[in-house]
Formats: sequence, structure tokens, C-alpha cells
Amino acid sequence: MTGTSKEETVVPDVVLDITHEVCPMTFVHTKLKLEEMRAGQVLEVLLSGGEPLQNVPRSVKYEGHKVLKLEPVGDNKYKLLIERGSD
Amino acid sequence: MAFSPEQLERYSRHILLREVGGKGQQKLLQSRVLVVGAGGLGSPVSYYLAAAGVGTIGIVDNDRVDLSNLQRQILHSTPEVGQPKVESAARTLTALNPDVKINTYATRLSPDNVQEIIAGYDLVVDGVDNFPTRFLLNDACVMAKKPLVEAGILRWDGMVMTIQPGVGPCYRCVFPAPPPAGAIPSCQEAGVIGAIAGVIGVLQATEAIKLLLGVGQTLTGRILTFDALATRFREVAVKPNPNCPVCGENPLITELQEYELACDIRGNLRKD
Repeated sequence: MTGTSKEETVVPDVVLDITHEVCPMTFVHTKLKLEEMRAGQVLEVLLSGGEPLQNVPRSVKYEGHKVLKLEPVGDNKYKLLIERGSD
Repeated sequence: MAFSPEQLERYSRHILLREVGGKGQQKLLQSRVLVVGAGGLGSPVSYYLAAAGVGTIGIVDNDRVDLSNLQRQILHSTPEVGQPKVESAARTLTALNPDVKINTYATRLSPDNVQEIIAGYDLVVDGVDNFPTRFLLNDACVMAKKPLVEAGILRWDGMVMTIQPGVGPCYRCVFPAPPPAGAIPSCQEAGVIGAIAGVIGVLQATEAIKLLLGVGQTLTGRILTFDALATRFREVAVKPNPNCPVCGENPLITELQEYELACDIRGNLRKD
């Protein structure tokens, strides 16, 4: 289980770095990675501030996944933890 | 996922869609669609299917490009006048998307070849310009249980319907037999606004893509008509006809037959 109370201890199943991508390829890569995963698994995405920070979490939610956590990690980069929803 | 970086970029706007995604795009890349006719309807249909990355597209057409085609048949261009339409089509589609394999059939559909040609495809799109071939294609698709996206245009009007044999009505459920020779004028005789080929052909391409992806509600059991002069769409619900000569309870048509290609429809050579 990856409920909100356990956020701090969540260990991602898959890690993806999209800091070198621009929108909309940022979400294309995130989405394809999520498609390969099973419901309930956790994806950690490293993304840049600005457009990706605005768009990726929004699209992730729109597609029925759960944003567990979003935190800055310095250097205008952010760590996004996503729990994959069911199809 | 076996997308190349170029494919990821090319199909990104599809992959972004909830109803498509990577899996849906892979499905399209593995799909095979036969487009019958590389004319007014076949042009936009095959253009958008190629752009969408439908992996294999078959094009059937026995004509050569004529200058009078270019007002609406956007696959072909001025330097290609006189060349076989299937060759011109293959060049245009390959230039748009080299991912797509184009199979060309420079032939007229007949009871002898139609079954063999449609057999290798997941679905068929009708872009023919005459009733005999339209009925032949309907019958062959019903017998092979092959989905068929049917359409026709004339003057300022167009219609589209999607035929899923066994699921909804076929063309003959609505129109049991071809009209008498000469009863319906051809585009050659009556004219057609070029852009309506685009409107209706693009609707056909959209239906085909939805069928391939298995998403949304198709025009199965619904005829959509478009009046371009009034800019009005109308929808007519149609049901499978139990007395349909080809897909009804006791079909009279059990093998393919060819209707005479009336010269009134193609040219004006026949006088009755």
C-alpha cells in the first residue's frame, strides 16, 4: 500500500528522468513508462520546473493515476512520485 | 515499447490521448486497411490513415490521374497527370510517412478478385465512384465479416455509414439493390464540390481509426448525411433488415455477382 501516511517511505518501482525533454514529450515518456507498469506500482519522475512541472502532474491525474508526492530537489528540478492507476 | 525516437515524436499527439496511448499507436502500426479507390474520398482517407501510422494500407484503383481529378483528389498533383493513380498515391503516402507499407492494386474489383484482395486486411474503406462496385464490396465484406466504412458524395451532399457485419445493418439493408442505370447521375455528370470529398473522407478515416482502436461509438446503424450548402449534418438510424438480400435471415445472394457497369454512370455512351 502506498497511502498518504506512508509517503515518506515509498520506494519507487521505476525511475524516469525527463529533465532533458520538452513538453509534450515529457508526458509522452511518462505515459509510456506508466503503461508498462502494473496498477499500484510507483513511478518516480525527475522533471524540470516551468512547463513540465505545470503539465506533467496535471496530465498524470487526468489519466487516472495518483500523484503521491511532488518535491523540489534543487537546481530547478523536481521529484514526482506517481502511483499507477488501473486501466 | 518498440518506438523509435522519430516515431515517438511523430505520433506524440496520438500517444498523449487517453484512448490511444502507446498501446493504441502500436495497434495502428500493426493494422492493415484497404482503401478502394484513390479518388475524391480515397485521397483524404488514405492520407490521414498514413499520417496516423496505420502500418499497411492497400490502395485499389485502375485509373490514371486526369487533370479534372485534381479539384478534389488531393493525393495526386499536376506533374502526375497521366500516371496510374495507385503509383501517384503510393508516392504521396510514402513521402508523408515512410513507416507505412503501401500495397497497390492497379485493377478493378470484380467477383473474381475482391475476396482475395480484402482477405489480408482488418477493414475496408469504400471510396468508389459507382454503384456496381459499391454493392460488390458490400456483399464481399458481409460474406467475409469484414468491417466496411461506406460513403458517397455528389454535388454538395455526402453520406457516411459504418458497416460491421453481424453487428449492424449493411448497405443492402438500407438500399437492397443498385439504382436503375442512369437514375443517379455521376459526379462526372452532376459535379461535386471538391471540399466535400475532404469532409466525408476525413469522417471515414476517423471511423476507421476508431474501429482499429476499438474506441468510441461508430456510425454502425446510423447514416450520417452532410448538406454542405446548408452546412447541416443529419443522422438517420437504420436497423438490420431481416429481409436483406445479403445479410438477412434468408439471404438470396449467396455468391458474389457483378452488376453491369452502366455507361450512364461512367460516361454517357448508353442510350436506353
